[in-house]
Amino acid sequence: MSQKTFGQALNDALTIAMEIDENVFIAGEGVGVSIHQDPNMATHGLLKKFGRKRVKDTPVSEAAIAGLAVGASCMGLRPVVEIMFFPFITLASDMLVNHAGKLGYMSGGKSSFPLTVRVKAGVGFGAGSQHSHNLESWIAHSPGLKIVWPATPEDAKGLLLTAIFDPDPVIVVEDMMLYRMSGEVPAGDIRTPLGKARMVTSGTDCTIVAYGVALYTVMKAFKPLSEQGISCEVIDLRSLVPLDKACILDSVRKTGRLVVVHEANRFCGFGAELAAMVAEEAFEALKGPVKRVGAPQIPVPTAPTHEKIFKPGPEDVVLAVRETMKK
Amino acid sequence: MKENQIVPDLQIRLYTSMILTRKFEEKIVALSQEPYRMPGMQILANGQEAVATGIVSALELEDVIISNHRSHGHLLARGADLNSLMAEIMVKDKGVNGGKAGTLHLSVPDLNVLMTSTVVGAGPPLAMGAAFAQQYKRAKGITVVFFGDGAAAEGSVHEAMNLAGVWKLPLLFVCENNCWAGAQRSEEHCAAQHIFQRAKGYDMPGQSVDGNDVEAVYNLALELVEYCRSGKGPALMEALTYRMRGHGEQDQQHYVDPGELAIWEAKCPIRLYRQKLLNDGVLNQAQIQTIDQDAETRVSAAVAFGDDSSYPGPETALTDVFVQPPSA
Ligand SMILES: Cc1ncc(C[n+]2csc(CCOP(=O)(O)OP(=O)(O)O)c2C)c(N)n1
Ligand SMILES: [Mg+2]
Repeated sequence: MSQKTFGQALNDALTIAMEIDENVFIAGEGVGVSIHQDPNMATHGLLKKFGRKRVKDTPVSEAAIAGLAVGASCMGLRPVVEIMFFPFITLASDMLVNHAGKLGYMSGGKSSFPLTVRVKAGVGFGAGSQHSHNLESWIAHSPGLKIVWPATPEDAKGLLLTAIFDPDPVIVVEDMMLYRMSGEVPAGDIRTPLGKARMVTSGTDCTIVAYGVALYTVMKAFKPLSEQGISCEVIDLRSLVPLDKACILDSVRKTGRLVVVHEANRFCGFGAELAAMVAEEAFEALKGPVKRVGAPQIPVPTAPTHEKIFKPGPEDVVLAVRETMKK
Repeated sequence: MKENQIVPDLQIRLYTSMILTRKFEEKIVALSQEPYRMPGMQILANGQEAVATGIVSALELEDVIISNHRSHGHLLARGADLNSLMAEIMVKDKGVNGGKAGTLHLSVPDLNVLMTSTVVGAGPPLAMGAAFAQQYKRAKGITVVFFGDGAAAEGSVHEAMNLAGVWKLPLLFVCENNCWAGAQRSEEHCAAQHIFQRAKGYDMPGQSVDGNDVEAVYNLALELVEYCRSGKGPALMEALTYRMRGHGEQDQQHYVDPGELAIWEAKCPIRLYRQKLLNDGVLNQAQIQTIDQDAETRVSAAVAFGDDSSYPGPETALTDVFVQPPSA
């Protein structure tokens, strides 16, 4: 165990993966030589350690970067490619959605695509909607693609390592707002299983599911809620596909209530899937309406005043919980 | 009509436009060192002023400009109002886009600076659509799109060039080759050294120019704009220049050879042009000083204007998504 930042934990995972498997290589815009000189960046120092054969700076060509990953993975390599900011995954989406996610199926199981796409996400750094846009629902909606979203340094390392050695395409979303956050990270090759949520607190009145940085918004709401005598069970989802249905359903069967929190737009967001799942499979357990906390249906704004309206805050979580508690 | 000869009047305008851009961006540099003064990333075109000025000065107002993340020079050369531009960069409500663009997505449709995209490589297809509309409507204007050497690697740029070539659209592609895309050198991300040579593949004229020589840029732009306007089809111009500052203001350029920076510093488009105008007797020291001083005064006034306005209020956060919002 040692203290590491989220970014260092990612760096650690990439380093270990490259050390233990010659077939792992990384590619992307500035993954080798970067404008940043920051040890909290996931790819910091890897070029020096592993050389130009395995650390590939690419042109600004997201379709080619994703295609590189699809083609090379079909040949047995384990590409780990980076999409600089989440909205730019739209440029890579043909290769990911129509190819990485479908070719295995259409080969009748003869081909596989063990690739990893790291994508940097974040709302609230003032760059506006073309640099910030959480598109996890697009990915989750596309068959054949897995998607994970770590919230702690330990999971950043464990999920990235698992993703790299998983036989399927996995998108790993990295919250930029967490890069500098520190936490205990076990040494060596650790694997966090895909499709296993993490119980953060156990409670009896209301289940709250969140992922990524939204988890911390929830934790800020936890105290005022307990002060109001509301006992919340907080679940860090960690993996959207595969989804830990059992964990959520068991919890809702216990508490009778569900609030889902994410920074993406509420409308057609991932919370809608969880709400539908609970309505279909645990309807009899519900004591109140399922509530979703997310962004309004606008592009991510630029002005700090507008960002505040966009980003769900702890008060929104408190309100949603109280509404479903009818308190 | 644009002068097709370099006359003193024009020379003074070219110089004034470049120095205004330089002073404007130098002010942004200063302000972005103060905490919370300039939200977001500040991406500046220091060293590239001659490209924006030279090209935009060769356009008519009916011509459409499509810009990218390094847009300040394009807008200023077009004559965009300094106050509302600076206020927008400060993300204030009196900004030209009401505080909804910030520095990265500035557009001034009133001046036909129709769209700005910070998605690298998005400009050319957008421009292709604008040029199609011009052809469709038999309008007099053409479209000019600015993109970088890095953007030239995006598939979208190739698609736009090909289609513009097939349909003979009135579209001038301007590649500002500033030797860098982030921390990647153009030699490392461009398979062939010269981007203008790609024109051949799309059946359009392609030429390169010294992007630090404002008159050379202007002259070539005039020639290619005329070509596009005449209905012969698109053209590609590559302006060779250099990004003097980091990619954005957080970038300390640790990967840049200081010797190379010094070489390009000596080729500063503004200093060279000032010297030329002095040598040729177009302007004297005192006149230069007046122009420079005037630029500074205008920039300071713009900052004061920005300081005087507020961040946009909550009531505008949800507007402008649709022209006709669905009834809630
Ligand atoms: C599709 C996309 N990928 C990556 C980025 C991040 N990015 C912003 S500017 C830039 C470099 C662009 O280089 P170039 O086109 O040469 O323009 P310059 O910055 O040199 O003006 C990159 C990679 C982006 N904005 N859009
Ligand atoms: Mg460039």
